[in-house]
Amino acid sequence: MDPLFWHRFQFAFTATFHYLFPQLTMGLALLILVMKTLGRRPGGEHWNDAARFWIRIFGINFAVGVVTGIPMEFQFGTNWAGFSAFAGAVIGNTLGMEGLFAFFLESSFLAVLVWGEAKVGPRLHWWASLALFAGSWLSGYFIVATDAFMQHPVGAQAAAGGVLQIADFWAFLLNPWALLQYAHTMVASVVTASFVVAAVGAYYQLRGQHAAAARDFLRVGVLSGLVASVLVAFPTGDRQAKQVARYQPVSLAAMEGRFTSGPYAGITLIGQPDVTARRLDNPVEVRGLLSVLAYGTWHSNVPGLDAFPPADWPDNIELLYYAFHIMAGLGTIFILLMAASALRMARGRLDRSPALLWTLMLAFPFPYIANTAGWLVAELGRQPWLVYGILRTGAGASPNVHAGTVLFTTIGFAGLYLVLGLLFVFLIGREIAHGPRAGLEAAHV
Amino acid sequence: MFELWFGIVAVMFTAYVVLDGYDLGAGALHLVVARTGDERRQVLAAVGPFWDANEVWLLAAGGALFVGFPRVLAAGLSGFYLAIFLVIWTLILRAVAIEFRSHVGDVLWRAFWDAVFSLASAALAILWGAAIGNVIRGLPLGADGWFALPLFTTFGTTPPVGILDWYTVLTGVFALVALVGHGAVFLTWRTDGPVHDRSRRIAAALFAVLVLLWPAVTIATQIVNPVLFPNLAGRWMAWLGLVAAIAGIVAVFAGLRRDRGLTAFLGSSAWIVGMLVATAACLYPVMLRAVPDAAYSITAAAGGNSAGGLRSALGWWIVGFPIAIAYFVILFRVHRGKAVAAAEGQGY
Repeated sequence: MDPLFWHRFQFAFTATFHYLFPQLTMGLALLILVMKTLGRRPGGEHWNDAARFWIRIFGINFAVGVVTGIPMEFQFGTNWAGFSAFAGAVIGNTLGMEGLFAFFLESSFLAVLVWGEAKVGPRLHWWASLALFAGSWLSGYFIVATDAFMQHPVGAQAAAGGVLQIADFWAFLLNPWALLQYAHTMVASVVTASFVVAAVGAYYQLRGQHAAAARDFLRVGVLSGLVASVLVAFPTGDRQAKQVARYQPVSLAAMEGRFTSGPYAGITLIGQPDVTARRLDNPVEVRGLLSVLAYGTWHSNVPGLDAFPPADWPDNIELLYYAFHIMAGLGTIFILLMAASALRMARGRLDRSPALLWTLMLAFPFPYIANTAGWLVAELGRQPWLVYGILRTGAGASPNVHAGTVLFTTIGFAGLYLVLGLLFVFLIGREIAHGPRAGLEAAHV
Repeated sequence: MFELWFGIVAVMFTAYVVLDGYDLGAGALHLVVARTGDERRQVLAAVGPFWDANEVWLLAAGGALFVGFPRVLAAGLSGFYLAIFLVIWTLILRAVAIEFRSHVGDVLWRAFWDAVFSLASAALAILWGAAIGNVIRGLPLGADGWFALPLFTTFGTTPPVGILDWYTVLTGVFALVALVGHGAVFLTWRTDGPVHDRSRRIAAALFAVLVLLWPAVTIATQIVNPVLFPNLAGRWMAWLGLVAAIAGIVAVFAGLRRDRGLTAFLGSSAWIVGMLVATAACLYPVMLRAVPDAAYSITAAAGGNSAGGLRSALGWWIVGFPIAIAYFVILFRVHRGKAVAAAEGQGY
């Protein structure tokens, strides 16, 4: 079998599994910082109790994020040696900077944040929460900037030996694609964290447990959830889509299942792409909306797949199409749910709205799905390129690693990550069952 | 520029071995020096706040290798494919063991993770030693600049070679003894009571074994790589490294005898730094040595980024490196003093 398939499968699998954890870490780091800051005000001690509970969740989640992130760093070299040799002189910068500027910051203060409150006192503990927030958000930027170079390679030029080298460091680091993608990714991670915080609040509220914590969790979760859900769509998602329209028009066509070019292009709500027959089955669409969103007018021509040679089409149009529609559809529902919850809360009636509380409690997996779908859109849309327009995906794989070896390690990861996932669910379940306790002595085993 | 970046990469990998080395060593000793639940938690309290930051040196060193010598990273990681995944999986198991172990009070849960922590730590020490052994012995690089190694072949050092042969197993054992000794010295410094006493005894025994193994490894190295030691002539860095290594060993024994934990720890650190500096200085400019055809070796210049690329990367490295050092100063200040087992639910 072609090793390329297993290289891609393994990277997609390990990256997808990995990203289940940092998306909560990054968003939760912000919310913990907010809680710790509220806790420093007079009468705000209950916010410190809330922060303590979420820091325990954060610690477990962070640990799994770290251990599933380590393989990603190595896989550039082990599985994508062609790409690393070709572009290492460029992307080695952001990956190296991530280690120096983000990982050291996070790892040095993690133990202080998770275990050190009694030891270091409230002031330094607040600084530790800031350090974890800054570290995790910086780390996010370096990774997004690395991906942005693969999506939209700027700041580099061809060098001797057929490889790339840095031409303009700042153009590479401040890639406009990276800035937009970063904003979109980070608010999406706040959506995940907000939904998780709100879900635990709703769970306690419905069970009639931990009344004070339930109220605080719901307040933070719903308010930040509303703000983040709006921001993830407008302006960040909208701008991101315009960027794809401009630099990767063939991806936009595939995302929308648009086989023929023309004006008054619609957004499809329902329809299954039949790539062989080059049409959408039973399409239900809002006519002209795609033209407006992508180019500003109803009559703008939006190129379809027919405008591009099939060799440049993304190679999994079906999955790309569904991933995009799942992401965008869920994003719309998030705004509606959080807006409804916030309205109820403003009237002081959220705690007496069982239907809404049940919905909030059960909704927490969906931001994970939306985030995962979003990354699928980005990376499937980039195909068939590893570095857009410069390096084909097939040319990036390690030339000296055969399919049997890659399959072996892929199976290893599948087993290990299954165990890791079960352990994670078990430990988080225990924390939620124990619930938050008031005061610093609230330890348990 | 190539020389400078070779130095940067060497410094960062050395920092990794010295820093993560002690928590690997302490981990490997975990089952031996700590018998009761409280003693186990004492060891974990000693390494818990540090292990993650220590391990970041590996990622940061990898990042420096990536940007400094992309070709070396690409050929090296893909060529060592299976060994790298063993490293990754062991790193994962070890980290999970440290982080998850104290969350649940059940005795079987804790016994299981203590064993995982210990075995994974020992396995990692052996793997790193074998890795250095591979770099010294040489790799079957072809004209295209790539190689692929199976885990083992005939355990001989002549082609076709594997990742494990008699020499790399020997360097693996050498590294295990050295890092476990380093960890024992660290625990001597950072703990008190029975854990301290056992660590001190074990440290002395391990460094005695190390002193005996050292000449054997030196002779074996001369056999598998006859071009390494002749490079000693005219390389003052290598001599400096050797002097540091010998002085370090003396400091370890002196520190252990007078029960000065910090002296012994600085000594074992100096030994590791000295050995790695001497090795790197003798290998330079070759980064991946090719056997049997030395012409295919990848040197710093051939595997490196362009001079301009190295200059621009130096810009951020020079800002970031002191910041990383500063974090470590804070880290050691916050967690200074002897490690005390945390109350249940309040620490590692």
